Amino acid sequence: MEKNRASQDRLGSGVAARVRGDFAFRALVLALSLIATIPLILILVFIIVRGASSINWHFITELPKPIGEPGGGISNAIVGTLILVLIATVISVPLGIIAGIFLSERGKSRLGTVARISVETLMGVPSIVLGIVAYVWIVRPMGHFSALSGGISLAMIMLPVITLSTEETLLMIPVSLREAALALGVSYSRTIMRVILPAGMSGIVTGVLLAVARGAGETAPLLFTAFGNPFMTMNILKPMASLPHTIFYYATSPYPEWQTLAWGASFVLLAIVLTLNIVTKLVTSRWKVQF
Amino acid sequence: MSVLLIAIFFSLLISSRPALVANGFRFLTGSKWDPVTDTFQSLPFVIGTLLTSLVALVIATVLSLALAILMGEYFRTGPFASIMRTAVELLAGIPSVVYGFIGLFFFVPAVRLLQEAVGAPPYGVGILTSSLLLAFMILPYSASIGREMVTLVPSDLKEAALSLGATPSETVWKVTLPYARSGILGGVLLSLGRALGETMAVTMVIGNSNTLTFDILGPGNTMASLIANEFSEASGNVYLGSLIEIALLLFAISTVINIAGKIVVNRMAAV
Repeated sequence: MEKNRASQDRLGSGVAARVRGDFAFRALVLALSLIATIPLILILVFIIVRGASSINWHFITELPKPIGEPGGGISNAIVGTLILVLIATVISVPLGIIAGIFLSERGKSRLGTVARISVETLMGVPSIVLGIVAYVWIVRPMGHFSALSGGISLAMIMLPVITLSTEETLLMIPVSLREAALALGVSYSRTIMRVILPAGMSGIVTGVLLAVARGAGETAPLLFTAFGNPFMTMNILKPMASLPHTIFYYATSPYPEWQTLAWGASFVLLAIVLTLNIVTKLVTSRWKVQF
Repeated sequence: MSVLLIAIFFSLLISSRPALVANGFRFLTGSKWDPVTDTFQSLPFVIGTLLTSLVALVIATVLSLALAILMGEYFRTGPFASIMRTAVELLAGIPSVVYGFIGLFFFVPAVRLLQEAVGAPPYGVGILTSSLLLAFMILPYSASIGREMVTLVPSDLKEAALSLGATPSETVWKVTLPYARSGILGGVLLSLGRALGETMAVTMVIGNSNTLTFDILGPGNTMASLIANEFSEASGNVYLGSLIEIALLLFAISTVINIAGKIVVNRMAAV
């Protein structure tokens, strides 16, 4: 009887310890998660508050002023980023979608396997390396920095994102759609253009938007391709300013006025990128591929 | 696509040829980087890259494991879960130059306090600063892969453990984590690939000192930030070529790590 009692007690205290352990573990997980997310959210809020206060109409429409003069804006960087991303989009979207179609149609073949491995590798290549490649291809032969080379380096960053999302989307489209088109006597190429692609449009658009968001925020490859330019230019063969590069330049400068400009520019860039991300989420949830 | 990749590889190889010839094998083993005497050796930057990435990885793994368990186990659905998930996704979208700016403003003073406390020279910038920043930057990726891997664990395994009287935490420790281990490892490898190639944020807070160092409180330099700092000012074929050679090395290292990560994640997902 006594012995039984004792073992019951031991069992009881063991369970209590384990329940305490369970509670402690949950608390630890929660605490670590909060450590991980809270500072970042605070920082996000800080940028929004700080950036929004330095933004006004002049900031968006004017060119940067020399140091010492108050005011000045970042219109050249905003236009520059738009042009750079536009160049990159024009190059990478057709190529990326074609490659995505190829992977989803012939992905099992030997060439398809090689291509898939290449795309996945390209996805992992550090962006600064791609910047160097664009430098070697375009800047060195031309002899000077240009927006074109910047756009091409961004295109190389965006390409794998578009390809992989196109492939994933097209693979989800049921075979019956394709069979129906082929059974009606539609040719293979028309089946792809008129049936498969439209059916997967939302996924492709999502991929493109994500790629644009990624390209717009890249700085590293622009350091020695588009380079930066304190003046407004539309000539894609000339150096061109961009938002990320402007932020880098102003943020690392010792002048408080320029750092204020950098907060404002960060805010604008963040607004563009996060809007693209949110639009992407809406597109995927509202306009999903469903069969 | 593969043509593009091969073209990238060969153009890097060809443009670094003057340097390959001039630097020889010492490029990989030596620790002196001196443009004035045309001595280019990569060891300080390889070590700097690995050191920052590994320290960042340790921090990020602990934190992302917690997030993965929280999002994949405790709060799978409901408003809290979707807020967390959206927050993590948005954080992944913040451009790295903005992270760098944040690092300059928040992490540098924080690390300076730490350095003063332990008696190290209070630079503020340095390997530890960049590691902290990198850890927060890769956190969204490793946390979301980790979450997916945790949700992939079959619920009958967990139910079996619970019905045998294990507490929920014991189930997580002894069933969920061992089962998801390889997938989480793959996620970690993929984030390592990101950390290695991360340029801007690191460049802004690492301090750019081109000497070989293992002191994580002091300034250092990584391969990517070296390129970012010196490339547009490099003069001479050998100097430029050496920087491109560094890029080639970075390309090789990150490709190997990415492929390893992919293989591990795919194997996990296939089971």
